[in-house]
Amino acid sequence: MKKNSISVFILLIASALLMASDGSWLRRVPEGDRKRTNPYAGQAEAAAAGKILFMDNCAKCHGDDARGRHNRPSLRSERIEHATDGELAWILRNGNTWKGMPSWSSLPEPERWQIIAYLRSLPPDSATATTATRQGDERP
Amino acid sequence: MIPERDSMARPVHSVTRRVPLSALFTLILSVVCLLHTPAVRAQEPPYFVTYSQVLEEPGNLEVAIKGLTASPKDANAFFSPTLELEYGATAWWTTEIYLQGQATQNDSTIFTGFRWENRFRVLPIEHWINPVLYVEYEDVNGADKSILEVTGHDSISDLQTKNAEGRADIDHTIEGKIILSSNAKGWNFSENYIAEKNMMGGAWEFGYAVGASRPLALVASGRSCLFCRQNFSAGAELYGGLATVHDFGLRDTSHYAGPTLNFNLPHGPTLGFSPQFGLNDNSAGVLWRVKVSYEVQQFRDLFRGKESR
Repeated sequence: MKKNSISVFILLIASALLMASDGSWLRRVPEGDRKRTNPYAGQAEAAAAGKILFMDNCAKCHGDDARGRHNRPSLRSERIEHATDGELAWILRNGNTWKGMPSWSSLPEPERWQIIAYLRSLPPDSATATTATRQGDERP
Repeated sequence: MIPERDSMARPVHSVTRRVPLSALFTLILSVVCLLHTPAVRAQEPPYFVTYSQVLEEPGNLEVAIKGLTASPKDANAFFSPTLELEYGATAWWTTEIYLQGQATQNDSTIFTGFRWENRFRVLPIEHWINPVLYVEYEDVNGADKSILEVTGHDSISDLQTKNAEGRADIDHTIEGKIILSSNAKGWNFSENYIAEKNMMGGAWEFGYAVGASRPLALVASGRSCLFCRQNFSAGAELYGGLATVHDFGLRDTSHYAGPTLNFNLPHGPTLGFSPQFGLNDNSAGVLWRVKVSYEVQQFRDLFRGKESR
């Protein structure tokens, strides 16, 4: 009985760890946060700093190319492409702890915006796919 | 009764015969560093005693050595290293093992025990104040000088006990903390309320720790640099005992305060330093604390198949 309880507990923990992000966090973002804008939007220097921060803090889970690793979500997906800067700032501050994403609130807020500026500088997967398809079409 | 400083009681070779714990800990740390796993830029505030809301990122393993040295009044100088293995089990649960020892001048070098602690983030999103629950089991003997927290009537007289006497007194203790922590405009403010009970007997003992800190720069530089201000964080902490359930208060308790500094080497370890000053006669004069920590990112990925990477 005791062994069963322990197994169930371990299974619950394991499944919580393995669950991929389903984007449900987007529904929890308050309207005020959703509308926030990135003070560093479009600034190449901020994106360069954001790249260093991303490599230090995010790449091990989300991959050096931000396409995700080990069931952890890609940050070049359509969902992220369509999320507002404010929504990304909200998830960085609060995390999604039950789905494995920690809170990064102890990184100063300007640094979190710099990470978002970097993410915005990456071509989304949809754009890459479109380009690849076009190149494929052009092939004889 | 306070024992006299005893420089002749034990021959010096009794110290050198034993394997120094610090050497053992350094060896373990070196092995972990050889895993060729890049280190992360730690986001933890620079506290030594105070806990903040920051938990270990899930899957990461932090290996740290905390060292404390002091020359308390009427006691022999000592060095107390603590090896800390902190693992992020989930984004809301961090578990940690401590192995502790100490070497006292003109006495001996001994292993003093272990601790197993767990921290649980209570609320799913950030608030003005963020609570974290802390539960710990300690199996530590009376010769322990790590001063990872101060509770009850802990005082300088505990540091004056000879190792042979102290190690015979083994405590099995449970400890709980309520950690409250806030981040605002780059600052971190953390308060810990501590309750501890020796399961071998004795009253509930209480203590506190508070800290405030801030990175020296809030905006990151666009180029990689070693001595950028963003790689440093500074702060201060204050901690002490609050006696027991029978005589709650500040009477016959010890308290310490001091500045703290962290230096995060890019892609390398984090170094911490803090001189902490005793605030009353029950406290040791100065505790010199150092810390070296290295975070192995996604430690659990090392055990996954290459095809799934």
